[in-house]
Amino acid sequence: MAEKMHAAQRRSGSRQPLVRVIKKNNMPLYQSTLLRVGAFITALIAGGLFILCLGENPLSVYGTILNGAFRSSIAMQGTVKIAVPLLICSLGLTFAFKMNFWNIGAEGQLIMGAIFATPIALYLDQLPRPLVLLLMMVAGMIGGGLWALIPAIFKVRFGTNETLFTLMLNYIAQYMIMYFREGPWRDPNSPAFPQIKRFAQSARLYEVLGVHIGWIIAILLVVLVYIYLNKTKQGYEISVVGESQATARYAGMSVGKIVIRTMFISGAICGLAGMIQIAGADYTLSDTVAGGVGFTAIIIAWVSRLNPFVIALVSALFAILEKGCSVMQSTFGISTTASDVLQGVILFFILGFEFFTRYALVFRKRGGK
Amino acid sequence: MDLIINFLVAAIVSGTPLLFGTLGEILTEKAGHLNLGVEGMMAIGAIAGFYTGYKTNSVLLALLMSFAAGMLCALIYAFLTITLKATHNVTGLTLTIFGSGLSSFIAFSMIQNAENGVPVLDRSFTSSLANIHIPFLSDIPVLGKLLFQYNPLVYLGVVIAIVMAVYIKRTRAGLNLTAVGENPGAADAAGINVTLVKYVHVLIGGGICGLGGAYMALTIGNGSWVNNVVNGYGWIAVALVIFASWNPAKAIGGAFVFGAFSVIRYYMPTGVNLPTAFYNMLPFLVTAIVLVISSVRKKKKHVEPAAIGAIYFREER
Repeated sequence: MAEKMHAAQRRSGSRQPLVRVIKKNNMPLYQSTLLRVGAFITALIAGGLFILCLGENPLSVYGTILNGAFRSSIAMQGTVKIAVPLLICSLGLTFAFKMNFWNIGAEGQLIMGAIFATPIALYLDQLPRPLVLLLMMVAGMIGGGLWALIPAIFKVRFGTNETLFTLMLNYIAQYMIMYFREGPWRDPNSPAFPQIKRFAQSARLYEVLGVHIGWIIAILLVVLVYIYLNKTKQGYEISVVGESQATARYAGMSVGKIVIRTMFISGAICGLAGMIQIAGADYTLSDTVAGGVGFTAIIIAWVSRLNPFVIALVSALFAILEKGCSVMQSTFGISTTASDVLQGVILFFILGFEFFTRYALVFRKRGGK
Repeated sequence: MDLIINFLVAAIVSGTPLLFGTLGEILTEKAGHLNLGVEGMMAIGAIAGFYTGYKTNSVLLALLMSFAAGMLCALIYAFLTITLKATHNVTGLTLTIFGSGLSSFIAFSMIQNAENGVPVLDRSFTSSLANIHIPFLSDIPVLGKLLFQYNPLVYLGVVIAIVMAVYIKRTRAGLNLTAVGENPGAADAAGINVTLVKYVHVLIGGGICGLGGAYMALTIGNGSWVNNVVNGYGWIAVALVIFASWNPAKAIGGAFVFGAFSVIRYYMPTGVNLPTAFYNMLPFLVTAIVLVISSVRKKKKHVEPAAIGAIYFREER
């Protein structure tokens, strides 16, 4: 009898589906954190399977990555040097993302910061060192800020798609370096290969504990950004605009002004990262000044849910991964681009696990309808 | 006169990968999904196509593999954004980072294992991708060169565009697709299987993007592998979708116009001496300007699929 009923239900399709998705209320913080850690670990396991397919032992590869990032003080300094621009750019992007403005242009804003700071390093290097560095810093922030202002103004005025616009500006900035390197700023002492000369001592950042002071600036910024976004009126305005532009307008806020101001800050911070990169790490302006930092920063900011302290942590993790992978090439003959692949895998898992913070799966009860 | 014809021909040849990328993205966006992973899917399609061609010496297999590889990438995206309802923007960006990384990663080991460190396609392979010659038609002066002397992939791109245009406008399945992209809730109520429609079109879109990557890998280096061969074309393709106002037929013209910008440097009148950087920048610069112009004209608003980027959850209508 029961069997007959089941068969009838199956035919009529009135039975509940095996799995159903329902919306969940907000998860407590510890649960969602646990979920993300779980995603990270699952991603490492998936990455391990990938490494296994390449015929290497995943544990020894992961060991090499960790070892490569921490094995000596020089390696650790290298890791910090990678983390600094990632952290600063992610912080800069946080401003835009909080406002729901898809700034994909951190890469270009970083480059513009570097381009604006470079002439000071090249032509004013006879000034005292603190002054040169200060000028470079200001110039870098203006450069990055202006570069972010362009899409912001068009977005406010005409509703131009900011995602694609900021993206195109990345490439335009990238080729501007090429122009300056081959043209006006070309080092006459390097006739064979067009490059920009290395900066004088006065245009190089001070070092503390073996790493340029960019790391101190970055840590300061974490706190400053947190305070600005959470404790000030302007920070509050950003959140309101991000939640709903209509609400912001009803509340009497000038949305356009807020978007433009915030995008300038966002770009200025990314520009600062560019200045720190050339004055602290490269000592010159080269094509690889950004090297994908702006893109990775987008992901870091998003994964960290725009929380500055979490951003600091995640930037450190990504820097370890990148530094560690750079060692892998010499040890295992595996390309350094493995770090991009691993980053991608980790992110896919985090994106996927995010589902469980918002939805729950309900399974059909046994025997029930 | 010859110069102008050569220029037009070169524009079409170098615009074709953009055409594939744009078509793939149009199909994806029509289903309501903004996939920023075109660059990554093209990169994967490039290495899949090249590696297969390098190993098997078969054009058909190379194209099939690049299509399949693009589809696999799109499957990751589709699973995350459709089934697991993840954010479109971030998922697409991640796909680009992942795809470009994996492409270079595979290329690295291919180069290491190649003779002299330079993987080169067999001559017979490249010759089967050489320009076609149709008796009589190809020999017509001017017109023959302009229309009937390209490599077969150019025609494949145009054919896909026309088929897609007819499919979207003139078939029931195409209308269902549009419905899903405009209002998934209403489409669902009308009995359309929204999830299925989304999956199918996102996947096929990814496959077409993969073909675009393969085109670049197989033609640009004259048979040898070029690192980072896609180099931003995937992003231009995403922007071109707006330029073409989500219409595959218009994408043909758009792609060839942008192809022209990427080769214009070789056809400048003598005496004009602009820096190389400017020419490299030009396609991106023009894309930015086009974005601005189309937003100022405001006309495009209603052509964009209304539910683009929205996450569809059935119980939340």
